[in-house]
Amino acid sequence: MSETVRKRGSTGYLLLIPGVLWLGLFFVVPLYSLVATSLFDPSGSDTTGYTMTYHWANYSHVISDYWQPLLRSLWYGALATFFCLVLGYVLAYAIAFKAGRWKNLMLVLVIAPFFTSFLVRTLSWKLLLADDGFIVNTLQFVHILGADGRLLATPVAVIAGLTYNFLPFMVLPLYASIDKIDPRLIEASSDLYANPFVGFFKVTWPLSLPGVVSGTLLTFIPAVGDYINAELLGSPNQRMIGSVIQSLFTNANNYPAAAALSVILMALIVVMVLFYVRRAGTEDLL
Amino acid sequence: MSQVAEQQPTAADAESYDGLRLRNVTKSFAAFTAVDDLDLDVPSGSFIALLGPSGCGKTTTLRMVAGLETPTAGSITLAGQDITYAKPYQRPVNTVFQSYALFPHLDIYENVAFGLRRRKSNEVDASVRDMLELVELTSQARKKPAQLSGGQQQRVALARALINKPEVLLLDEPLGALDLKLRRSMQLEIKRIQTEVGLTFVHVTHDQEEAMTMADTVAVMNAGVIEQMGAPADLYENPQSTFVANFLGQSNLIEGTIRSRAADVVTVDMHGVQVSVPTERCHADSDKGWVGIRPEKVLIGAPGEELDAPGNTIPGGVVTDVSFVGVSTQYLVRMPWGQELAIFQQNTGRHRLFAPGEEVELSWRPEYAFLLDFSQDASAGSQKVDAE
Repeated sequence: MSETVRKRGSTGYLLLIPGVLWLGLFFVVPLYSLVATSLFDPSGSDTTGYTMTYHWANYSHVISDYWQPLLRSLWYGALATFFCLVLGYVLAYAIAFKAGRWKNLMLVLVIAPFFTSFLVRTLSWKLLLADDGFIVNTLQFVHILGADGRLLATPVAVIAGLTYNFLPFMVLPLYASIDKIDPRLIEASSDLYANPFVGFFKVTWPLSLPGVVSGTLLTFIPAVGDYINAELLGSPNQRMIGSVIQSLFTNANNYPAAAALSVILMALIVVMVLFYVRRAGTEDLL
Repeated sequence: MSQVAEQQPTAADAESYDGLRLRNVTKSFAAFTAVDDLDLDVPSGSFIALLGPSGCGKTTTLRMVAGLETPTAGSITLAGQDITYAKPYQRPVNTVFQSYALFPHLDIYENVAFGLRRRKSNEVDASVRDMLELVELTSQARKKPAQLSGGQQQRVALARALINKPEVLLLDEPLGALDLKLRRSMQLEIKRIQTEVGLTFVHVTHDQEEAMTMADTVAVMNAGVIEQMGAPADLYENPQSTFVANFLGQSNLIEGTIRSRAADVVTVDMHGVQVSVPTERCHADSDKGWVGIRPEKVLIGAPGEELDAPGNTIPGGVVTDVSFVGVSTQYLVRMPWGQELAIFQQNTGRHRLFAPGEEVELSWRPEYAFLLDFSQDASAGSQKVDAE
């Protein structure tokens, strides 16, 4: 009897081994390497090699050089997350409560963009938003844009691109959450004198919060670190931190600075997410 | 057939009626008519049960009163006000839902306070405390619904609706999910609360015992219409249709031909045996009918035995089945014309038990019999869904 109990206890640990090995190899080791690189002496290069000098000044240098794209990334990421939430909530709500027999088809359509590459889709946005494209021409015609107004190389294009690309990551967790809500609860709120508006904020919204939290995290984290949208749809004025890190690594070959910037971005996101999740666990978010 | 407990009201008093009134209410879902031209008056302060098998339209009727469904035709008025098309949150009606529908993210206190908060009451705290005390849940106030037992959740659902002091409280099979013992005690509890608060209760159920125990008036529904409505004892003792006779308890229905109609008594030839039925219990128009008698009203004795029932005596029965159930013995007796009748005999110890195969004579007092229209299906309502 005690033999089986002991065996069962060790089975759990055995099952953990593949995952632990995988994460150890592909997460902990690279993370260690990243943090170590961020403290190398910046005078080295990838051909001559680096020496470890605990050069903390790497951090202060990259912050003073790149605080603008860093803040811009957080700002664009937050805006894209907000737009994803608004668009995604309406869509997820409609799929969950109103789609009826079209439910599965609509869910497939939400995921359909993943069948083509991220890069190709963003490139096609470049065509859509082109200066002589249909959208710009129409907006100029109705005087929303000036005669020489454009969309490409503006924050609008970058944020729109981010919103488009990360929308499915928002819709799916929101849908999962909203679909679980018992429609009889909404009937009950209506029976208890809540008009549809109040009923939404007192019943539907709080019950969908798990989806809101996971959806916003799944959107915000990759959106902040994204560089494809800023590279393809923006100009140097819309540069995001992902582009900076990428060019420091591949063009400038400044590994310590790139690593330091990566660590800062990671730390910022972790702190923000922890703060957000803790608040989301309480009613502060309501 | 009258579908209204009270006397038919005239157009003049329609405005002044202070209860809940449904007039010609119809609800159709595509090709299916759930509720068919229904009239119903629920006097203020009464406790009425809508009783019927599943799919009879009772829940749809309730949902139309709550505003959760819109009638296809007809009108619903409450205290003289037309609420047919009023939004659910605009009518002074609250519902205890079948599944309770408690808000899982709010604690018990906030669930109960929900309606008052929406109406910006300034006595939320005192009212909620009183209400929690009434349903004996004060100590559970800060728990979430999922932490409570089924019976406790049921009481929260009741408190959450009652606290708003609605003109009409609707109960949609509120005890369906509880086990038998708990259900019995909640029936008495709800009845006690109704007497205490004096509100109008409309209770939907498929459990005839529950309906008869709790309500002052029972409306038996079938296929979208009210078959009969009245006090539980009246419905049971004097059913007007085969559906009511079979759905409410159990009945023996025996084919008969009406021989004569006198002022106070109707004489029926029942396979060669003359029996009489009081005229006020005769609901058959043609010259044929179903003679109805409840199993517990039938006395059983040996041939020629003096039975305490002057009047209708039917000889020639043979006992085919005996089941002893403690308080009573249930017999099945095959009659000369081939039909098997059910008899419940109370075990008072004054009668001897009969064994299968014995010849017996049956007898009942004429005043207990009733006569139903022959055009109705004798088995209507007998396949009722038993409450599990």
